[in-house]
Parts: sequence; C-alpha cells; structure tokens
Amino acid sequence: MATPARELPFRDETFRDDFTFKNSPQTVLRAPFPFDKDSYMYAVNMELHKDGRAGTAFEEPIDVDEHYVSEMRDRALVLDEDPLRCQSLPHMTLAGWDTLELLMSCKAASYPEWFSLERDGDRWHWINRPLGIDDTFTFGDETTLPYGPLEYITRQAQGDFCVLDERAGNLWMDAGIVTTQADWSLDFDIGMNFFEWHAPVPLAHERGVFTRALKYLLSVQQANPARRLNWTMTVNPRLDTSPENYHKWGPENTHITPENVADKLFLRIELQSFWRLPRSNALLFPIRCYFLSMRDLTTVPKWATRMHRVLKTLPPEIASYKGLDHYREIAIDYLAAFDDGQETTAGPFPD
Amino acid sequence: MSSAIEPSIKSRPVYGTLKPATAPAHLIIADADGGKAVLDLATAAPTSFLPNAEICYIPGKADHSVTLEALGAARFYTGPSIAAMLPRLKRTFERMHMGTQIYLAGSESLIGLAMKTAMEANIDFEAIQTEHRGSLARRVQCVHCKGITEGVTTQPVTCAHCGLLLLVRDHYSRRYAAFQGVNINAEDPSDIPPKEEVFT
Repeated sequence: MATPARELPFRDETFRDDFTFKNSPQTVLRAPFPFDKDSYMYAVNMELHKDGRAGTAFEEPIDVDEHYVSEMRDRALVLDEDPLRCQSLPHMTLAGWDTLELLMSCKAASYPEWFSLERDGDRWHWINRPLGIDDTFTFGDETTLPYGPLEYITRQAQGDFCVLDERAGNLWMDAGIVTTQADWSLDFDIGMNFFEWHAPVPLAHERGVFTRALKYLLSVQQANPARRLNWTMTVNPRLDTSPENYHKWGPENTHITPENVADKLFLRIELQSFWRLPRSNALLFPIRCYFLSMRDLTTVPKWATRMHRVLKTLPPEIASYKGLDHYREIAIDYLAAFDDGQETTAGPFPD
Repeated sequence: MSSAIEPSIKSRPVYGTLKPATAPAHLIIADADGGKAVLDLATAAPTSFLPNAEICYIPGKADHSVTLEALGAARFYTGPSIAAMLPRLKRTFERMHMGTQIYLAGSESLIGLAMKTAMEANIDFEAIQTEHRGSLARRVQCVHCKGITEGVTTQPVTCAHCGLLLLVRDHYSRRYAAFQGVNINAEDPSDIPPKEEVFT
C-alpha cells in the first residue's frame, strides 16, 4: 500500500451480551448533543450539513469514529440472523450505486489514511483499511461485488441508511439497511410514503411537522445536504433495538435502578442527514446512532443540566412513545445532582 | 354508514364509496357484504357498464352471489375463499387492458389482498377504488416471527405461528396487506392482559 497504515484507534467492543461499548473522553466531547435549549418538542429542526465545526461529529460529511470497526461487526451479526434488515425494491438498484459512490468518495476524501478510491472509467478500486477490504469492481455491474451495491457499502458505514424514492410529490421508503434502529421495522415499512412510515409518531402530525419536513426534504439539492438530530433513550448500549427482537431486549427496560442508571442508561442520539443522489434523484437518508451514558453526560456540566430539564418537562405522550416510562424518574433523580439551577448557554455545544 | 372505521393514524387505510368511472372496462372484486356495494355501483352505472365489467366474488358469511350473477356482467366468477381467488386475480391483473378501472369492496382482508396482488402486477394502488363493508377482522403480521395471523378480532391476539401475545397496532403495510402485531408483554411476560373482541 502507498499509505502506511497508521495505528488505528478503533475500539474492540460489543453492543450486545456483555456490552463492552465505552466512549473515550474525546468521543463524548465530539458527540452531536441534540438539545439546543432546556426543553424538547418535535420540530422541523433542519439545517445544512456542511462546513461543520471542527472537533465535532459534524466536521466530516460522513463521520467515522472509534466505534467504526465494532459497529460493522455488530451489523454483520444482525444481517446473519435476519437478512430482511437489508432490502431494496427492484427500481432502487441505481440509487444503490449512487449511495456506494457517495459513501466511498466522502470517506476517501475525509479519511485518506483509512480509505482510498481509484477510478479508471467504470473500473473502481476501493480500499478500506480498517476492515481489511481491497476490492476492484465494475461500477454498475452487480456481479462484480459480493453483495448488491447498497448492502456492500453500508456494511462498511456506521448508521442505518434509508433510500427514499421521490414520486408524486412524496418520498417512498423503497430501500434500506436497518440494524441500529430506534424500534421501527424496515421490513414492515418498506414501500410506505413519508406520512405512512411516520404514522405511529404522536403529536407531530397534528403540529404539521411532517408536512413541513417533507416540503423541506423535497427541496434538498445535490450540492446542499441537510441534517437534523433526533433522540431517544436506550437501556444498555444496544444498537439493534429492533421491533423484531423487542421480546428479547424489552425486559431490559425494567432493569434500571438508582445504582446502575449512570452506566446502564444511554441517551441515544440520531444524526439524520439527507443527500440528493445524482443519477436516481433519490434521497439518501442516513441515520447515525451515538450513545452517551448518563455518566458521560455528567462530564459536560451543561449537558447534564440540560438533559435533566428536558426529561423533567417532556410531554408524557412523547415520553411514552419513546419508551422512557420505566426509568425517566430514576434518570431525573440522578441528573438532579448535576443541575445547579443556573441558566444554560445557548446552543448545543459544551461551554 | 356502511363502515365503522374510526379516524386513525396515517398508515391505516381509509376507504371510499364505489362510483362508476368512465373507463373502457371495469374489474370488480368483492366478498360477503361487499356484494351490496357492487349492487349499488351497478344501480348507479350507465347501461354500457355491465357489458364491459367482470365481477369476482367470494360469498363468505353473507352470500349475494345469485343477485350479483343476475346483473349480467360480461364475466362472473365466484370462488370459495380469497386465497383460492388470488392466483386467478394475479393473472387477470397481468393481462388487464390499460385504462381498466378496478373496484374493491368488502372486508379489509379482501381489499388489502386484492390491492397487494394488483401492486405486484405494477398497478398504481391510488387508481383503485375501494369501499369497506362488513367485517373489521384484521390480517396481522407478527413483527417478531413474520408470520401472518388471519381473521383477527381480538386485542391482544396470540400469534398463530410463534405464540407471542401481540398488540394489534393500526400501523398498516400495503405490501403485506397486514396490520403490525408487536409483543404486548415483552417487558413483563407474566403480565397477561385479557383479550377483548374489538375488530368485528
């Protein structure tokens, strides 16, 4: 290889069974904390996804962090158990190639020490050093890859990926890979339009959030990707909180106690971004998951304070929909000790 | 009111009232009390309608087949069950002429399964007319094992495949023609809520 492999900082950890996942202090500080004020309500909180602040998860268009290699191992385990987690309706193959191109070119540009892409016409040479992949293939020819283009590249990219077809003034969930989700099923929702797949979300429809969000998304242009943050909470750093396996992980929702809340309960942040794809005109919708334990939050006084206030004032419908009812009070009690009652500074970033 | 469907979430199907369309041909698919909607449709239609119409009918628990056959449509089919009709329906959709208007009437399962079959033949579901009559019994897909339980009338319901006790949601998939079932007592399997007849 032309580039000497530098010592990789990737952690060897698990997101199931013994749950050895852990953030380094630097990773906590760069997290995309989702609250820009001391309360929360659904909103169309879209912004441009470019020129991100240095030292944050927004710095590169497709963020790669210390959890990369272990997250990809977890994804492979999920797909072995349940191949329905990656699906693509027949008309979405071109959008799969668009996705492959976008992710390969972003990663190679942002992290040349880890990824490289060389193109000679349709002959492409892709190297992924962290995962030990070195493949040459023909762009557009599925027989030259071990998986379809969408599955091939998203087995090498953190976060879930939905590929939305645009037709009749709506967006249709017609392809995706979903193994790190907050309790929704790609297999059930594939083929649905924007309003249908969001149907179970309470309050937001009545507030016009989805109508405005769709309007915004339909206007996303190639040069201007967009992003928004969403959040929920998860017991244990389990990436695969799928409805498919809910009967297996559901009991853990009752396992939070005042003694274990600091390390067992996690703020689960979704960095959602939206990319217009050039050939298919589809919209790529990556949903990247970041975990912060309650203890991680307390290392940033502003975040612990804010999390405490958000949980205290959260509308009960939202708390129930997000599944927080078993442990919300325990988390509030734990975080109260870190809230000095003072006003917090504007915006989401640490002081 | 012919249908007792309450307003619900955005993925839950809503149905209308069949109205004769201006079209070169008409394909009408119904079950049980959906037959009455077909009679109303035929009554409202011009004389050119029935000679260009095909009616496919599954009597189920409310048999209107004698009256429907007597309408004198160009073709009339009756079969013993929705499942038995689907292979024929698949072929009918594949060879259907452009511009044919499709009408579906009856139980949610009949409407859902006929629409699923039409979509698999690349027919736009939004061009299909629907009218709900009769049973609100649901097809429910277990999100855990993926098996489908037919004719669900209770909340919750036991999955006919894996045996988990399922909450029947209003979240609906046209691809599966099914509502979503999610384990209702995953957090505490010893908590077993009683089943109530709600989808009748």
